[in-house]
Amino acid sequence: MSPMILNTIEVMLNGLMTGVMYSLVALGFVLIFKASGIFNYAQGVMALFAALTLVGFQSGQIPFSHLINVVFGTDYHNWGPGMNAFLAILLTMAVMVLLAWLVERLVLRHLVNQEPIILFMATIGLAFFMEGLGDMMWGANIKVLDIGLPSGGSFWWEDVTRVWATEGSDYYGMYIDVLDLWAAGIAIVLVVALTLFSQYTKTGRALRAVADDHQAALTVGISLRTIWIVVWSIAGFVALVAGIMWGSKSGIQFSLSLIALKALPVLILGGFTSIPGAIVGGLIIGVGEKLFEFTIGPLIGGATENWFAYVLALVFLMFRPQGLYGDKIIERV
Amino acid sequence: MNSTRKFGDPILAVNNISLSFGGVKALTDISFDILQGEIRAIIGPNGAGKSSMLNVINGFYQPQEGEVWFDGKLRGPLRPYEIARQGIARTFQNIALFKGMSTLDNLMTGRITKMHANMFWQALWKGKAENEELEHRERVEHIIDFLEIQAIRKTPVGRLPYGLQKRVELGRALAAESKLLLLDEPMAGMNLEEKQDMCRFILEVNDQFGTTIALIEHDMSVVMDIADRVVVLDYGKKIGDGYPDEVRNDKDVIDAYLGVAHD
Repeated sequence: MSPMILNTIEVMLNGLMTGVMYSLVALGFVLIFKASGIFNYAQGVMALFAALTLVGFQSGQIPFSHLINVVFGTDYHNWGPGMNAFLAILLTMAVMVLLAWLVERLVLRHLVNQEPIILFMATIGLAFFMEGLGDMMWGANIKVLDIGLPSGGSFWWEDVTRVWATEGSDYYGMYIDVLDLWAAGIAIVLVVALTLFSQYTKTGRALRAVADDHQAALTVGISLRTIWIVVWSIAGFVALVAGIMWGSKSGIQFSLSLIALKALPVLILGGFTSIPGAIVGGLIIGVGEKLFEFTIGPLIGGATENWFAYVLALVFLMFRPQGLYGDKIIERV
Repeated sequence: MNSTRKFGDPILAVNNISLSFGGVKALTDISFDILQGEIRAIIGPNGAGKSSMLNVINGFYQPQEGEVWFDGKLRGPLRPYEIARQGIARTFQNIALFKGMSTLDNLMTGRITKMHANMFWQALWKGKAENEELEHRERVEHIIDFLEIQAIRKTPVGRLPYGLQKRVELGRALAAESKLLLLDEPMAGMNLEEKQDMCRFILEVNDQFGTTIALIEHDMSVVMDIADRVVVLDYGKKIGDGYPDEVRNDKDVIDAYLGVAHD
């Protein structure tokens, strides 16, 4: 094969990997949207918050230490040497469940039967609140997240692909980040687990019931509040996974919550109510923007990755507003 | 139906219920009871407060005054799902089904409060959970046979015609094996044949499963045929209560239905 074709394949592969990252964030949006009809603007910030908390636990940081030091004139920063990654992940998950409970108790409960736009606004507020909270608890500096996942280019893949090139060309093999492969693997496990959970457990059945019809769910004895806490906890878990993968890849910085907005075109493509849609949508956007940048980018001055996804979503909205896998919107007049 | 059928103690009694939304009084001082094993009808013209009454019984509305006794106990201010767990199932005038699920799945979800296996075993899909699943499946299949909806077991209910959706909704309520079944206009919008089927099902449910049923209905002739006793509401007040024959000949009831000018 000519190096040109191999380069294109490499670009597509890396696009797929980026797509997986988008899918991970989009998944959290879909879960909450399906169960409660709320577009949770705070999903990206939840990923950021989860990652910050994880690093905080791992490195033994004292939460709110800056605030404490300012108020009491002390100089505390760490309570100890930290803990291993596994324990820190478990503790962070506990924090995310607590967060879900608080969101239900302090926000959702008071907004029952409100218009979706009101709930959407509430999640915008939540996003800002959590960004501030994360900042106050753990500090605003950029952090390194390392839970022991391997990273860097795969030499094996480089060796495998080097020989594909035509004889004589100085092709050096394809680059693919091992961390991205891990992310892909974890995403697959996550989706399979979520599917099994929703299909084969009592709670999963209750989740689907609530997603379908609130009133009917109540009359068969399902508590909406419990389900909302469960849904937000699962979304918190997905946010944690997304936060770990994004954080391991590019460090934990507050711009993470903006990257998460790429999930929006992903959802428009895949459909707001479909888990497979979130995955496929993410992959299409990932591959699409990398290929576009690779082929058309140089002709129009580059930096197309910033807007390509949104333009693609706009085109999609014109022809298939419900997305690839979304429920068809039929309004009876 | 004849008045010689014998019933047990009241399964549900409402005493002096008053409900208002802001300045609008939906129900004023309503009292009646429902005996174990009977078919009790609540009738009345449009806007009489029939659905509000049902919503009070199943907990969607909390009345400002009055008390509800269920199964021999005074009921506190419970949420609808808690009331459902206590054994009150219901259907809706405009159908509330899980439209994306199949008929079978809808009925299985109706049994959700009966499912007990713990999460761990369910996740592993083995042991106790499997046996329980089979048992629930058996009960549900029985109801499907009973309602003659075998042909649509796997069809997503959103695609079914209206009459069948009503039947599936009844099936889901039956699946809960409740002590009291509330039916909100089970025959609304049906053609004659569908109405006759529904009547037959209601009578058979009552007869075979011994389920106590409270139903709201517009169609007077249907009500008089299947109900054991009838409560009549008008403008949120109770204007009649008794056997169908008594109610039919009551002057207030005739006035309410025929719209006599009040002076």
